[in-house]
Amino acid sequence: MSKATADQERCKGCGLCIAYCKKNALEMSSHINSRGYKSIRVLPDNCIGCGICYTVCPDGVFTIAAE
Amino acid sequence: MAVEKRVPALCNYAMFCAGCGHGVLLRLICECLEELGQEKNTIAAIGVGCSCHLKSGINVDLVQCPHGRAGAVATGIRRAEPDKCVFTYQGDGDAYNIGIAETLNAAYRNENLCVFVVNNNNFGMTGGQMSWTTMEGQKTATSPAGRDIALTGAPIKVPEMIAHSFRPAYVARGAVTTPAEINRLKGYIKNAFQAQLNHEGYSMVEVLSTCPTNWGMEPLAAHQHLMEHVVPYYQLGEFKKRGE
Ligand SMILES: Cc1ncc(C[n+]2csc(CCOP(=O)(O)OP(=O)(O)O)c2C)c(N)n1
Ligand code: SF4
Ligand SMILES: [Mg+2]
Repeated sequence: MSKATADQERCKGCGLCIAYCKKNALEMSSHINSRGYKSIRVLPDNCIGCGICYTVCPDGVFTIAAE
Repeated sequence: MAVEKRVPALCNYAMFCAGCGHGVLLRLICECLEELGQEKNTIAAIGVGCSCHLKSGINVDLVQCPHGRAGAVATGIRRAEPDKCVFTYQGDGDAYNIGIAETLNAAYRNENLCVFVVNNNNFGMTGGQMSWTTMEGQKTATSPAGRDIALTGAPIKVPEMIAHSFRPAYVARGAVTTPAEINRLKGYIKNAFQAQLNHEGYSMVEVLSTCPTNWGMEPLAAHQHLMEHVVPYYQLGEFKKRGE
């Protein structure tokens, strides 16, 4: 099955992906990236690889690919 | 079947604010260019405003146009490079308030170009001043009591004007909000590029977009505001379909 992975360096912590994900598969991590933004983390056990996060993300954080 | 989605290589990190709608449009344009095999054959004419972030945000050749003049600059590129894929990327302030003459003239001539206009109801980059697309009653830095349309005119609808007055190839308005709207918008962008590659003439896609920073809203609240208060006035859809 496909899963989402996140490039935390591109993330600005806007939280849109968390709001649109129906599977509670995303959470804000405490990691601050090199540009100073909080960044997102995928919870792979909940992810079904639907790509909603990829679609709504304004910053190209997500890749959806087979595990 | 496994779903595969990867951000195209020509879509770099861009310096937009967190949650800004510009970033989604940038990615959709890159996806369409890649899917149409145009990633090495494209020249962009970018406006002044937050559109300027495309300078680092996209790996295609581009011209930073004087404010509002992208319609004229893109016309020049088209005449000099007839085989290139050419698009403009402008804000509402750039394409309308400041560049309406160039925008309408390019549409009037039915230049074989794609024009993408980010309508976020204000001059974003300069701090959220009122623009022609600011909604009635909307508070901005230069309409602190809310926009008074008796004094300043009503929010302008340029895609409708172009679709109904001239003979363009394709005109549509989409929105950067829900996944469904984003997917629909991608279809509009693809149609615009296909019209150009097929030598059908001028296309405009206006994109209703959020400016969380200047609207003073969280990114999700800005999406909800756009769907509830902006979309009812600025109807979404295709105003001129290809081949009509
Ligand atoms: C000739 C000129 N006038 C004014 C400005 C100041 N200015 C820079 S960006 C901008 C507005 C951009 O607004 P818009 O096109 O809506 O883009 P946004 O930032 O909202 O995406 C203005 C007025 C300028 N740079 N040059
Ligand atoms: S000022 Fe507004 S339009 Fe410009 S990058 Fe920030 S949120 Fe986007
Ligand atoms: Mg604007």
